[in-house]
Amino acid sequence: MTGSPLLEVEDLRIDLDDGARRVAAAEGISFRIDGGETFGLVGESGCGKSITALALIGLLRPPLSIAGGVIRFQGQEIQHLSAARQRQLRGNRIAMIFQEPMTALNPVSPVGRQIAEMFVLHKGKSWREANQLAVEALASVRVPAPERRVKDYPHQLSGGMRQRVMIAIALACGPDLLIADEPTTALDVTVQAEIIELMRNLCAERGTAILMISHDLGLVANVCRRVAVMYAGRIVEERGSADIFRVPSHPYTQGLVDSLPRLGSRAALGRTRLKEIAGVVPAITRFPDGCRFNPRCAQATDICRTTAPQTDGLEAGGFVRCHHHA
Amino acid sequence: MKLRANLVIGGALFALAIVVGLLAPWLAHTDPVMDANLMNAEEPPSWTWWFGTDAQGRDIYSRVLYGARVSLTVGIVSQLINSVIGVALGLSAGYFGGWWDDVVNALTNLMLAIPSLIFALAIMAVLGPGLTSLLIALGLTNWSFTCRLARASALSLRSQGYVQAATVLGYGDIRIMITQLLPNMLGPIVVIGTLGMGSAVLSEAALSFLGLGVRPPFPSWGSMLSEAREQITTAPWLSIFPGLAIFLTVLGLNLLGDGLRDILDPQSRSRRT
Repeated sequence: MTGSPLLEVEDLRIDLDDGARRVAAAEGISFRIDGGETFGLVGESGCGKSITALALIGLLRPPLSIAGGVIRFQGQEIQHLSAARQRQLRGNRIAMIFQEPMTALNPVSPVGRQIAEMFVLHKGKSWREANQLAVEALASVRVPAPERRVKDYPHQLSGGMRQRVMIAIALACGPDLLIADEPTTALDVTVQAEIIELMRNLCAERGTAILMISHDLGLVANVCRRVAVMYAGRIVEERGSADIFRVPSHPYTQGLVDSLPRLGSRAALGRTRLKEIAGVVPAITRFPDGCRFNPRCAQATDICRTTAPQTDGLEAGGFVRCHHHA
Repeated sequence: MKLRANLVIGGALFALAIVVGLLAPWLAHTDPVMDANLMNAEEPPSWTWWFGTDAQGRDIYSRVLYGARVSLTVGIVSQLINSVIGVALGLSAGYFGGWWDDVVNALTNLMLAIPSLIFALAIMAVLGPGLTSLLIALGLTNWSFTCRLARASALSLRSQGYVQAATVLGYGDIRIMITQLLPNMLGPIVVIGTLGMGSAVLSEAALSFLGLGVRPPFPSWGSMLSEAREQITTAPWLSIFPGLAIFLTVLGLNLLGDGLRDILDPQSRSRRT
């Protein structure tokens, strides 16, 4: 599965500048994804996971901007590439699929044309060849009767079908990295499972790495080999996905794991209430000093309120950002 | 079926005007310019002279047919120029925003502040009369509504998921504007264009009436009206028939525009079904 590092992010900082103030919307973001690997980024709304993805593909727009750090893709720093060079990467080497399959397709263009456009745009194919390749791409995401479906408009397809089309578009050029931002949130559960399975299989076949972004820890741990948990603009823990359930190290991760409803041992203890994490995520302009989780943390001590913890490597691999981790 | 009536009648009137203009050499009884014969001067409408004759003895029926060529050429071509300018400016302004948007907005406001006929008059005064200057004058002065519309559409479409998805997939700005934005705003642009054609036909008539349009003796509906002015009491057919031609063409274009709006506007479409 693993190979040379495909994507390395080092100490990435993203600033929000509203004219009056500059605040760090995300900082100290470091992770690496190997070729063909599956990596998950988990966190609540507003924790900075989506803007991290946008930074990777060079699509942060004011008031957000990259304020520091390095993004290396296939050994090359890409955070300062020209707009034209970044555009060559996007869709071609790095692809992305979105949360909303309902609105991510152009309503006045047949889906086959939208797939074919990728081959014309990035591979310099003629429209004739591209249309042929579009049928194959649609067949590869297991859309039945692809040669007829290419002529359909998005409104003629169901949500699941549209997300399949999105996957076909994203994987059309054989990218090295697929960023999936909440790819199944808008779909119902059974379709969700099919889409995830499809995405995982296709990427495994083609050696495409996946960066999966979600608020659903269970889903991410199921799909990804390694998981990073983000809280208030920082990665608080990064682990192999099996370990993160078994022995979560950061109090926030513990809270997340405890708040998942599960079959089995915990349920056997009786009708206990699901645990919750007290409080809410602080607003981006009111991040507390020290550890950003300290106001909601049961284990917080004085040092947590004054000093931001550094990352501590763990024996089993990965790291945690906490003064008190076990 | 009421909604379709304006489309059918408007389309038929406009098509009739186009057919008449195209087939004028075969439909006309006489040459509109050369066949002057003072022996036949100012004949009222009859079986021989369907629409009567003018002071030089030219057949008004033939002149109205040939006049359609000028009026429709001016209407269609000048509105096409307007649409292209309006869409190019409005679409790019709405998509890019920033200083370019400010520049386009200022330009649009300027165009809206000056009555377009006055502006066209000024251009005609510089270029001199004639068909080409007529096309340029009317083509450069009526793009502000199309521009406003294209800008507003681009602003709202820019935030659509598929436009953002196209950005993520590596589409360039030009490709996004042409493949994602333009097809989605085409409906209202076509409607405005059709209505604009009607007003361009009227403007041509007005400018020709003022002697700035097509040079006599070649006929255009406006210049025919202008020539007929002095004989309106003695030979009313000289003004009635070109006037009727203008009226029917503009009516047809407006009905067509209304009809197109009804079928292209998704909201009215869903109301009907």
